[in-house]
Amino acid sequence: MARAVTTQRKIVFTAIAWIIGLAIFFPILWTILTSFKTEATAISDPPVFFNFDWTLENYAIVQERSDYMRYLWNSVVLAVGSTFFGIIIAVPAAWSMAFVPGKRTKDVLMWMLSTKMLPAVGVLYPIRLILIEMNILDSKGALIFILMMINLPIIIWMLYTYFREIPGEILEAARMDGATLKDEILYVLTPMAIPGIASTVLLNIILAWNEAFWTLTLTTVDAAPLTAFIASYSSPEGLFYAKLSAASTMAIAPILILGWFSQKQLVRGLTFGAVK
Amino acid sequence: MATQHSRSAARLMMSPAVFLLLVWMLVPLIMTLWFSTLDYRPMRGTFDCCEGLGNYTRFVTSSAFLDSVVATLQLVGGVLVITVVGGILLAILLDQPIWGQGVVRILVIAPFFVMPTVSALVWKNMFMNPVNGLFAHLFKGLGLQPVDWLSQYPMFSIILIVSWQWLPFATLILLTAIQSLDSEQLEAAEMDGAGPLSRFGHITLPHLARSITVVVLIQTIFLLSIFAEIYVTTSGAFGTRTLTYLVYQRVIESQNVGLGSAGGIIAVILANIVALVLMRVVGKNLDA
Amino acid sequence: MGRITLDKVRKAFGDVEVIPPLDLRIEDGEFVVFVGPSGCGKSTLLRLIAGLEDVSGGEIRIDGTDATNLSPAKRRLAMVFQSYALYPHMSVRKNIAFPLKMAGLDKAEIDKRVEGAAKVLNLDSYLDRRPGQLSGGQRQRVAIGRAIVREPSAFLFDEPLSNLDAALRVGMRLEISELHKRLATTMIYVTHDQVEAMTMADKIVVLQAGHIEQVGSPLELYRTPRNKFVAGFIGSPKMNLIEGPEAAKHDAHTIGVRPEHLMVTPEGGTWTGKVGVSEHLGSDTFFHVTVPGFAEPLTVRAGGEVDLHYGDQIHLTPDPAQIHRFDAEGLRLA
Repeated sequence: MARAVTTQRKIVFTAIAWIIGLAIFFPILWTILTSFKTEATAISDPPVFFNFDWTLENYAIVQERSDYMRYLWNSVVLAVGSTFFGIIIAVPAAWSMAFVPGKRTKDVLMWMLSTKMLPAVGVLYPIRLILIEMNILDSKGALIFILMMINLPIIIWMLYTYFREIPGEILEAARMDGATLKDEILYVLTPMAIPGIASTVLLNIILAWNEAFWTLTLTTVDAAPLTAFIASYSSPEGLFYAKLSAASTMAIAPILILGWFSQKQLVRGLTFGAVK
Repeated sequence: MATQHSRSAARLMMSPAVFLLLVWMLVPLIMTLWFSTLDYRPMRGTFDCCEGLGNYTRFVTSSAFLDSVVATLQLVGGVLVITVVGGILLAILLDQPIWGQGVVRILVIAPFFVMPTVSALVWKNMFMNPVNGLFAHLFKGLGLQPVDWLSQYPMFSIILIVSWQWLPFATLILLTAIQSLDSEQLEAAEMDGAGPLSRFGHITLPHLARSITVVVLIQTIFLLSIFAEIYVTTSGAFGTRTLTYLVYQRVIESQNVGLGSAGGIIAVILANIVALVLMRVVGKNLDA
Repeated sequence: MGRITLDKVRKAFGDVEVIPPLDLRIEDGEFVVFVGPSGCGKSTLLRLIAGLEDVSGGEIRIDGTDATNLSPAKRRLAMVFQSYALYPHMSVRKNIAFPLKMAGLDKAEIDKRVEGAAKVLNLDSYLDRRPGQLSGGQRQRVAIGRAIVREPSAFLFDEPLSNLDAALRVGMRLEISELHKRLATTMIYVTHDQVEAMTMADKIVVLQAGHIEQVGSPLELYRTPRNKFVAGFIGSPKMNLIEGPEAAKHDAHTIGVRPEHLMVTPEGGTWTGKVGVSEHLGSDTFFHVTVPGFAEPLTVRAGGEVDLHYGDQIHLTPDPAQIHRFDAEGLRLA
């Protein structure tokens, strides 16, 4: 199997990989660095990297100007809520498709995915109208439902590819052992699929956290998450690099940290059945 | 492979998901279909019946429509090419024995976690701004004329931003796929006298085919509805108005709901054609 | 109790009939083996009995009551799967206890039965391990343990030994036979290996393409195979089947002679041939002998060490009492 790798070769590849990796990461690093600068240093030419007076005042100003915690809370509620309900609906559906496949299973799955391809703008106006009519525009409940719906096909697909790796014989054994359908899903399938469910949950929290079409067009105050928080800095009067950077860092930090800590699970689940 | 009992249980357990998605798809779609036949301009208070196909002909014959289709294809195609090719190269690189592989992977994966509005704002202001952006500093430092990226090369700039966001996704899936390749296959090919390039072409690439289709499918789903990046950077100016954005402008900005709805339906039809083609390809690939 | 009766049981997947209507009686306490080449429908038949597949027609009765439409959980049958199908996230103890937990037994009773099964199967010291930490043979035992704690009316085994290496397989074969003797519970055992069938069964059911070719005790099948298929399938190495003029001499379309019923003589003999490859097993030696005029070489069994080499000429005489005769349809001639 393994073969001696020449150190020289390893050094070259390591150098290339690190340069590319740092280049890809650089915009994020730069944003974080800038968030600790004064506005003057932020646009200084030539740019300064580490050698400046670090300050936290941008964070204080941003917090004061727009109530960060409220947006953060809304983001958490929307991301976690939509994922939670999505999983509850998706697990039984994915079980059905993975373990009791019929002739049309693949078509149903593909149809579900195709609903994700419907351009959201095509249906934005009617949905706005419905929400206004029901008096739930700018409500967290409505947003949770919408975010759940747009990610449901992805959740089902991920779970489906995960469940398919679980040998059907084990579920049959449970059935022979006297387990009802509920027992089978609760005691056998779900514990076995925990890694898959975990990565599905993670990916969907990330997708819901970063969703920027529905959250921007359907919220104003009460349900507005961090996407709306950051959008308020795109207007010209908010164009101060250091404050923009501080706001950006605050918007992405929670999910970046979550993503990094869980990247192993995430990577494992991200394959969508692409790797056998 | 199952009994009648489990089949009916399966149908029951699928029904909530199927029902919700059906409602989610049909209700707004039918309303849009209805609006598209009206002269519906809320700001002017018109809600008049029976434009017939008038909105459709007006939408399709306007020069903006064809431009928007071209812009959409440029954006989706450009990002797909960059992320797939870049993803393969990066995956191969990360598969090599290197020091600090885990850290490099964390660096590469990071853009995937950044919300589109943030990445668009950061790129637009802190990198592509012609006066204070880093690129401008860099060009000046090299004695070159700074470029106003978003007005001189708007589509290229947006493709760059979106590719930066999606490259990690492609890389991760392709890396997992490469790592799942049986090394004995490569060794057998080496014994058969295949050089590194033909090993890549004849073994690695075919092994990746399935993953590449999945990457293309998932990314297309998300790329067709790209919105925030355009909204924040160019607001659809300078030939970056994709079909999605055009419809958004008609419905929300000019408040011409009838015309915009017709555009929405056309977008839905076009997206479905793309979906159909992709599903065929992917469905086949997923069976294998 | 474990009397299982299949009455005109039929199974079709769409338009493909994999099991044409079939009748079978399995008596209480019998060890029945379903044997046949892969794809013959033996596993499907077992799954029909288990309730993991629906029958397309006919009736399945367990102890006299109609079980055709009962869910697997209600049939009081236990099954050991080819892959063992252990629950990977549960300890051995929890695996064995699972069916009892599902049956709603109280904790003390569950513990007692699990300990008992573990003792019988030598699993005492592994109870707190996960299946992933066990060897193939130990996993097999856990699967059996999970089956026996329920005290089912019958055990179903689906090729349980095919994932074990040759040495372990022989050991587990004995253990399962031993278990059957001790529990005296009906067992239905599916295998493609005729050696397992011969050594373990009270009654063998030979299947081909969903049809039952013959039902009988191992020795009945060995002595009086009902047709050419059973003749060729039961017995190792396979029976030699000879067609043409040699068969015509016995008023048959085909005649069959087992390798052990051919005598090697230096002179004379009925047939003369050339020794091809020989396989020395120590206790036996098998020769492949090419006889002019025969479509296929004959397999011959000889005692331990015989001094014959590649290319030697030998003479063969079949035991006249042990010649099986078949007609053109392949059916046995009386």
